[in-house]
Amino acid sequence: MKKEQWKGRVVGILSGIAPDVEPERLGDETDLRQDLDLDSMDLLNLVEAIHEQFGVAIPDADASAIRTLGELVGYLDELAP
Amino acid sequence: MTDFVMPILGADMEEGTLVEWRKAVGDEIRRGDVIAEVETDKGLTEVEAFVDGMLEEIVVGPGTTVPVGTVLARIRTIRSTGETTATVTASEPRSADGEAHVRASPAARRLAAQLGVELSSLRGTGPEGAIQSADVERAAAEASAKPKEAAVSPSAEQRKQRMRQTIAAAMSRSKREIPHYYLATTADAHPATTWIAAQNAARAPGERLLAAVLFVKAVALALREVPELNSVWEEGRGVPRDRINVGVAIALRGGGLVAPAIHDTDTLAVDELMRRFRDLVLRARSGALRSSEYSDPTITVTSLGDQGVESLFGVIYPPQVAIVGFGRVVERPWSVGGAVVSRPVVTITLSADHRVSDGHRGALFLAAVDRLLQTPEAL
Repeated sequence: MKKEQWKGRVVGILSGIAPDVEPERLGDETDLRQDLDLDSMDLLNLVEAIHEQFGVAIPDADASAIRTLGELVGYLDELAP
Repeated sequence: MTDFVMPILGADMEEGTLVEWRKAVGDEIRRGDVIAEVETDKGLTEVEAFVDGMLEEIVVGPGTTVPVGTVLARIRTIRSTGETTATVTASEPRSADGEAHVRASPAARRLAAQLGVELSSLRGTGPEGAIQSADVERAAAEASAKPKEAAVSPSAEQRKQRMRQTIAAAMSRSKREIPHYYLATTADAHPATTWIAAQNAARAPGERLLAAVLFVKAVALALREVPELNSVWEEGRGVPRDRINVGVAIALRGGGLVAPAIHDTDTLAVDELMRRFRDLVLRARSGALRSSEYSDPTITVTSLGDQGVESLFGVIYPPQVAIVGFGRVVERPWSVGGAVVSRPVVTITLSADHRVSDGHRGALFLAAVDRLLQTPEAL
């Protein structure tokens, strides 16, 4: 899967978690916590959805370190089966 | 016969819109069944029955907005002997159905006389359905506003505005009436964070825990040691509650917040508490909370740690008498065994009603929360 495809899939998940977010305004630099106002429960739901859809179980420590949408997409691009 | 009334789902809720009936006339009803859906300032709420019986009559149709306490339907209740019972509300105890039997505090009676409010028309929120001053004040405020038809569902902006108004009313009342006192302590969060990390390392994402559930559980257990903080203010005094139902503050996307109860929090294992917490957040944000979750909290726990705040002092949500705040877990210099090391710590605060407890008891409560968090495996 290409990076843009990863991004599209992740944005799809984010739209479910944060329905008020406008997908077209999301970029690589979008900060998941600051810009999208995701809290720890939202992030847990995001990690769970990624696990369900892509089979990638992001460890807590890695999830805490991921700051932006671009970093998340890059992480998945490297690790996804 | 039991009157099923528009429930009061918050200290300053004045009216609600009946959106949908989940039961039809003639249907059997069990205590706890969701029988109607109501829209309030806080969104859609499933309203449960608090009696067993049969739906006898529907009084208010879908789309109608009515004041709190308005009879929505009548339920034929059946005691174990098979007798029909006297009037009881669906969500909370209610005053009897005749003026001669109205239970009301002396202050409420005086206020009702001053404001020209008919006591028999009110639904009391005090002990055993007794009418209190707040009930009279609410009725007086509603008097000029006739029940109105909800032509269309309110827009998101209208809902947001109404919720803001509701929060404003509740918080203004709290700061006006409740003499708050404030305490804070800094707790070593190392045991809790390392325990959570170890647990989560072995779990699939869907089974993982958040530190917040340990905080909530520690608060619930500490309340057993300082039960006066697990009280509600009624009839001019703090009345301890038997059940510990911690309300968790949940921010809603787009603004506003709710603080629904996790019932019997102190009895729940951490995994079950996490499951219920997740479910509660999901339903709060999709507008699917139940009436008892709004009406039953006995204390509130709030946190702004995710937003980077290190300490917060909450405003008590009446009729509760305390609110506990948790800040962000941060690394700070900490003395361990005589050596200064970097340690994750969390600031825990208590805002409490000085009419019900003193700082000494509040301090014991915070100390208990701190102590409990040092052995997370025992929570």
